[in-house]
Amino acid sequence: MIPTIKQNPIIKLIYNSYVVLFFIYLALPLSVVAVFAFNDSQFPSLPWEGFTLTWFFGTEQPWLGVFNERRIMRSIGTSAFIALCVSFLSILVGTINAFLFERANFKFKGFLYVLMLLPLVIPGIILGISILVFSNFVANGVEDLTGWEIEALRPGLTLVVLGQFSFITTIATLVIAARLKKFDSSLEEAALNLGASQWQAIYHVTLPFLRPAMIGAGIVALLMSFENFNTTLMLVGSDAPLTITMFDRLKEGSTPVLNAVSLLLMIGSSALALVMIFFQKTDEKP
Amino acid sequence: MIGPRTKLGLILLMSPLLLWLTTLIIIPHLDMLYVSLREKVGVRQYEFGFGNYMTFFTEPLYWNTFARTAYMSIMATVLTLFIGFPISYYIAKIAKGRLKMALFLLCLVPFWVSELVRTFGWMILLRETGVISSFLQWSGIVNQPVEMLYNDAAIMVGLVYTSMLFMVVPLVTTLDSLDDSLIEAGYDLGASGFAILKNIVIPHAVPGIVTGSIVVFMLSLGNYLTPILLGGKSSLWFTGMIYSQFITRFNWEQGAAFGFLLLGLSSLIVFVGLKLSGQTLAKTMG
Repeated sequence: MIPTIKQNPIIKLIYNSYVVLFFIYLALPLSVVAVFAFNDSQFPSLPWEGFTLTWFFGTEQPWLGVFNERRIMRSIGTSAFIALCVSFLSILVGTINAFLFERANFKFKGFLYVLMLLPLVIPGIILGISILVFSNFVANGVEDLTGWEIEALRPGLTLVVLGQFSFITTIATLVIAARLKKFDSSLEEAALNLGASQWQAIYHVTLPFLRPAMIGAGIVALLMSFENFNTTLMLVGSDAPLTITMFDRLKEGSTPVLNAVSLLLMIGSSALALVMIFFQKTDEKP
Repeated sequence: MIGPRTKLGLILLMSPLLLWLTTLIIIPHLDMLYVSLREKVGVRQYEFGFGNYMTFFTEPLYWNTFARTAYMSIMATVLTLFIGFPISYYIAKIAKGRLKMALFLLCLVPFWVSELVRTFGWMILLRETGVISSFLQWSGIVNQPVEMLYNDAAIMVGLVYTSMLFMVVPLVTTLDSLDDSLIEAGYDLGASGFAILKNIVIPHAVPGIVTGSIVVFMLSLGNYLTPILLGGKSSLWFTGMIYSQFITRFNWEQGAAFGFLLLGLSSLIVFVGLKLSGQTLAKTMG
């Protein structure tokens, strides 16, 4: 059961092979996606026709590489734009919320905290449709009353950003509040004693301490926004972000271009994850 | 400690949170409830009534799909638990030092990649012209292509794969906190491996099992991509019905009612799970 206890070698062998099999199972789908990005064939399937970079740099149909595929490149841009907006907004609101829950005392604090957690237990697709229904209600109401058409409240980028923001902020709040909890508030008092104003103390002492958590929350927000599908699906307008474009393409039939995009996504997310690990490392060293 | 000193300060600090929760979570859900409770009687004319919910109960296709989604999600949860538990135990109790960290990180890696990419990987593996089919033909086990996509087993494989992280992380955390000496004591007192598992390890791991199961069930229930892509046209997943009511048929009243039913089931499971294990939402998340 544990290393200090002797174990029947056959059971041990079975157990170890199970663990190995499990990790093969984990790695298999991602590996095939990556490998077939380099297959010189029109379909991401066997047989192996030889190595090629055409699915990245190809310039002519049907061998159009991902870097020359307008629709995909544009949707990467859209996704990046959405992700940056969501990330910025959720760090901002998450930091304010962290101060609220860690530094203030008020009635219904426990209730408000549970309410703040709720977006995480609501299925993404429900978040999407509820925001869709409500924004449509508001937009129709305004149009009926004043005749103004508010484009931002119709399915499109603004709604996608708001929809993703609505649950990613919870995560940002949790991450930043956890860091603020560890803050030694005598540092702030020292700053105040040395003549700093409250704002100066927060700006020069507290916020720098929170920075690793803010960056971490921002990266998690970027990744979650980039990957989000369910909420986005219900709120998307004519500017489709990457996951939606890929989904549409996948329904039409898959080409190795999708493998190439997927590989780029994998590289992108691992790079971001590494950046985050790096920041958490510096976070441990005070 | 710097915090809001005046009532005004507190209100200002609280306003982003309140704005976020009321405009993006609470009011949209109330509005969705309102929409689900009205029946269309003419062009832009509605009447209050439970007709949309009645349709759900009188139309076998709808509640069959609902029950099927719930049943498949429970199956996926149980499978994820059974597959993930030995792995979590291995990571928490058997692997040591570097290997432990490496295995744990390996479990996390696939989940930094979009769910779309993971599902795409399974499509490449499982389809008729896919890697596994080709491999089986090459090795002579079968003599014609086998289609392994577009059935319930494929959906299950995808759901378990997608949910694994959310089971393994809480399990590793709780198993890590189990003192090795308790297992040794059980062994010294002559208990069999099975008895130790049943009387020491599993009782200790209950909080992790509950947390993991709740999250996996919720995510499976609300999943859209995996059932649609791996299950094909006949996948019959409840989120797919919500999507088609909203986007294809433009019957928002019916879609909102479906949304509420899904939200109800999901919340019920979260609630019951937390009650059974004596945990609170705040403790589970924070």
